[in-house]
Amino acid sequence: MTAISMTVNGKAVCGDVEGRTLLVEFIRDHLGLTGTHVGCDTSQCGACVVHIDGKAVKSCTALASACEGASVTTIEGLSGKGGGLHPMQKAFHEEHGLQCGFCTPGMIMSAIDIVNRNGKKLDEETVRHELEGNICRCTGYHNIVKAVQSGASNM
Amino acid sequence: MTVTGTGIGASVKRKEDNRFITGKGRYTDDINLKAQSYAYFVRSPHAHATIKSINTKKAAGMPGVLGVFTSKDVAEDKIGGLICGWTIHSKDGSPMKAGPHPILAVGKVRYVGDHVAVVIAETKAQAKAAAAEVDVKYAALPHVVDAGKAMKSKAQVHDVANDNRVYNWSIGDEGNTAAAFKNAAHVTKLDIRNNRLVPNAMEPRAAIGSYDTGDDHYTLHTTSQNPHVARLVISAFHGLCPEHKLRVIAPDVGGGFGSKIFIYAEEVVCLWASKRVGGRPVKWTAERTESFLADAHGRDHVTSAELATDASGKITGLRVHTYASMGAYLSTFSSAVPTYLYATLLSGQYNIPNIYAEVDAVYTNTAPVDAYRGAGRPEATYVVERLVETAARELKMDPAEFRRRNFITQFPHQTPVIMCYDAGDYGAALDKALAMSNYSSFKDRKAASAKKGMLRGIGISAYIEACGIAPSAAVGSLGAGVGLWESAEIRVNPVGSVEILTGAHSHGQGHETTFAQQVSGRLGIDINNISVVHGDTDKVQFGMGTYGSRSGAVGQHAIAKALDKIEAKAKKVAAAVMEASADDVEFKDGTFTVKGTDKKMAFGEVALAAYVAHKFNGADIEPGLKESAFHDPANFVFPAGVHVCEVEIDPDTGVTTIANYTCVDDFGNLINPMIVEGQVHGGIVQGIGQALHEGCVYDEASGQLLTGSYMDYQMPRAANVPSFNLGFTCTPCPTNPLGMKGCGEAGAIGSPPAVINAITDALGVKEISMPATPQVVWAAAQSLKKAAE
Repeated sequence: MTAISMTVNGKAVCGDVEGRTLLVEFIRDHLGLTGTHVGCDTSQCGACVVHIDGKAVKSCTALASACEGASVTTIEGLSGKGGGLHPMQKAFHEEHGLQCGFCTPGMIMSAIDIVNRNGKKLDEETVRHELEGNICRCTGYHNIVKAVQSGASNM
Repeated sequence: MTVTGTGIGASVKRKEDNRFITGKGRYTDDINLKAQSYAYFVRSPHAHATIKSINTKKAAGMPGVLGVFTSKDVAEDKIGGLICGWTIHSKDGSPMKAGPHPILAVGKVRYVGDHVAVVIAETKAQAKAAAAEVDVKYAALPHVVDAGKAMKSKAQVHDVANDNRVYNWSIGDEGNTAAAFKNAAHVTKLDIRNNRLVPNAMEPRAAIGSYDTGDDHYTLHTTSQNPHVARLVISAFHGLCPEHKLRVIAPDVGGGFGSKIFIYAEEVVCLWASKRVGGRPVKWTAERTESFLADAHGRDHVTSAELATDASGKITGLRVHTYASMGAYLSTFSSAVPTYLYATLLSGQYNIPNIYAEVDAVYTNTAPVDAYRGAGRPEATYVVERLVETAARELKMDPAEFRRRNFITQFPHQTPVIMCYDAGDYGAALDKALAMSNYSSFKDRKAASAKKGMLRGIGISAYIEACGIAPSAAVGSLGAGVGLWESAEIRVNPVGSVEILTGAHSHGQGHETTFAQQVSGRLGIDINNISVVHGDTDKVQFGMGTYGSRSGAVGQHAIAKALDKIEAKAKKVAAAVMEASADDVEFKDGTFTVKGTDKKMAFGEVALAAYVAHKFNGADIEPGLKESAFHDPANFVFPAGVHVCEVEIDPDTGVTTIANYTCVDDFGNLINPMIVEGQVHGGIVQGIGQALHEGCVYDEASGQLLTGSYMDYQMPRAANVPSFNLGFTCTPCPTNPLGMKGCGEAGAIGSPPAVINAITDALGVKEISMPATPQVVWAAAQSLKKAAE
């Protein structure tokens, strides 16, 4: 077992984990933050995307112990100080960018990262290309693309 | 019916979204019960083998292990096997040959991934480590994975079926159809493989079985589309306990697409094993590879089809033979898919006087095959729309015009294959789709593509489907083991807020919004004062669940009936309070008024009056305001529409780009257009996935699943698909008061032939197999090039 500590959603957290414990297991099982999902185990689907030090990372591909000292943001940590929704969360709601909701946290975390790297004015082609690491089975992506563009312009 | 801003027809934003966008959804794997343990399954590495021995000793001694169980333990407790709930009879009258389907393999394994043993341990990692130490000795047997080869194979999957044939079923008039072909001016023939797909809901299946030793009571949390059916089947056939001793909870479920309808071994094992380990809850969550190995797959048909036409281009006959893979076992509804959900739709939108179809359902050494979004109807539409398109090309007719010439135009229309279409205007949808897709100027775009060295093609698909399944008496007469009605209960609280309890289950469809819209509009109350309760057998008395695009067409009519009763009762209460006759009380926009007076009461005031019960005599009016209803529909509903797909192909790379995609649907009246459009988008992309990307592959030589993860099975991603042009026409369904048809599956039903018709048009070839990957398309383009040289 290894003792680790990091900041998750602005709060200092610590825990004892095995060397093989994945970041997503630490987040879900140790911290009880179940908004981050596991959809594939092979880093393909993106349901587990979180931000580590401001960058989107698939948390099923990071070892918890490798995140020592990092600042991690999960879907639960996106709301503003007053508890309001992040513009990207709001956009997914407004544009009907979700159905079953399982891929949604990863989609939203990826989308924010896309805006951070590409700016607020995103054309459809850029959004579709940038979403290559996130799979959705429900929406056919049509409304997700609209949501990312709309959320970007409000960020 | 009153339409308010949040009533029927409004694109109300979804009420359920908040928990999903904030990470507060509650899926089965998010739930952890006190003292929970974990299950890991030992699965067969062989396609077909005899189990010589199972040694669990080493595994049982591993750290954290609470139990290792095999079929021997299952037999000790007399736990029954999995069942198929729909009996199909062969042409000769004999019932289908159903082999045993044990929850842990008995003596033999029949596909790679078959469940052999289970390890229960303190942690998932411990269970997995110990599962690797369960020593199973196998003796491999010959196997068969191809549906088209099963009947001639040396492999015999089940003792009951020596030629691997489950049934040989037929529909239609063989003699008349043969005569139509004999007299035909032209016959179009196609050999078609409808590729095997893996449903791939993004949430893997999961279950927590929990046995309460104090109350001798079981609870199952599971990823189910129909928790009540799960409870019924587990109680009636597995022999764990009677229904009142089992609570099934299907909380938030991350997509289903059919794959979560069925009762699976894993959930029964978790329940049973919980008692075996002293009542500790047992949790199992599938890894994605387990989803590929052991979820029920979809499609997998091998078909020969032919279409007869007369000299004027009218269709005179359709003849079809299909081998349908059932996989290694008959899953819950599997037998109905290639029969009553498939061949009954072979008339398409066309007036075809003679149809004959024969289906050989066969066992193969592959995962069970069952309903997947569309279930039989995509396979039928693919046959019909590929044939119709090909016939038009062979007859040198415009494919749109050929369709129009053969459309059914009079309703009701009785087809030669059971279905009686109630209403439609197929020409209107075609006109609209052709206009929206700029069909008439396609030639210019094709020429522009050609200048760039690209091939451009356009393809049409005019689909029809039967959904909203279905009248119980009708499905019962066809072999169903259950009725397919739906139930609803409306509970009005004393403060006037409302709970809708429904037997339908939402796993992405948005019922928490659409069902609330119906009540908001009808009772004139704020949609925020309405909640929807579903997915828990302790809360909802019974229900048949959500599949077959039935929750609107069947489920919402149960709600409508319950609302009728609520209104009638509330009028009595209002009459008593306002000292009027109930016949003089009118209800509109949430207010009860007395005819010819200025007396009025708001809905909330009447609700309170019903509960305080001060103003009426309990002998005349029962206190309270709560009503329930069961609704059994009079017919299927028949959504129909037209898809037009335009592709551009790079002959040097084989990459197909969808340049334009137009879809016009007739779903009757829409409850929430935004949600309906979302259903269509998702359905179309699943169909595009089937046409271009997805193919489940078993290796013929080894029987191994070659597509066992997202590294090998290509799910459509955002960059693979376009945005869509959607349109609607409306012929309200005459058999239900809301005039609705189903919309959940239509996209996946209509799209595959539209895409393939476009590709074959671009390449100028008759056939191309699905999935038409770049490799497949490139090879076709190259061989054409060579032939031209």
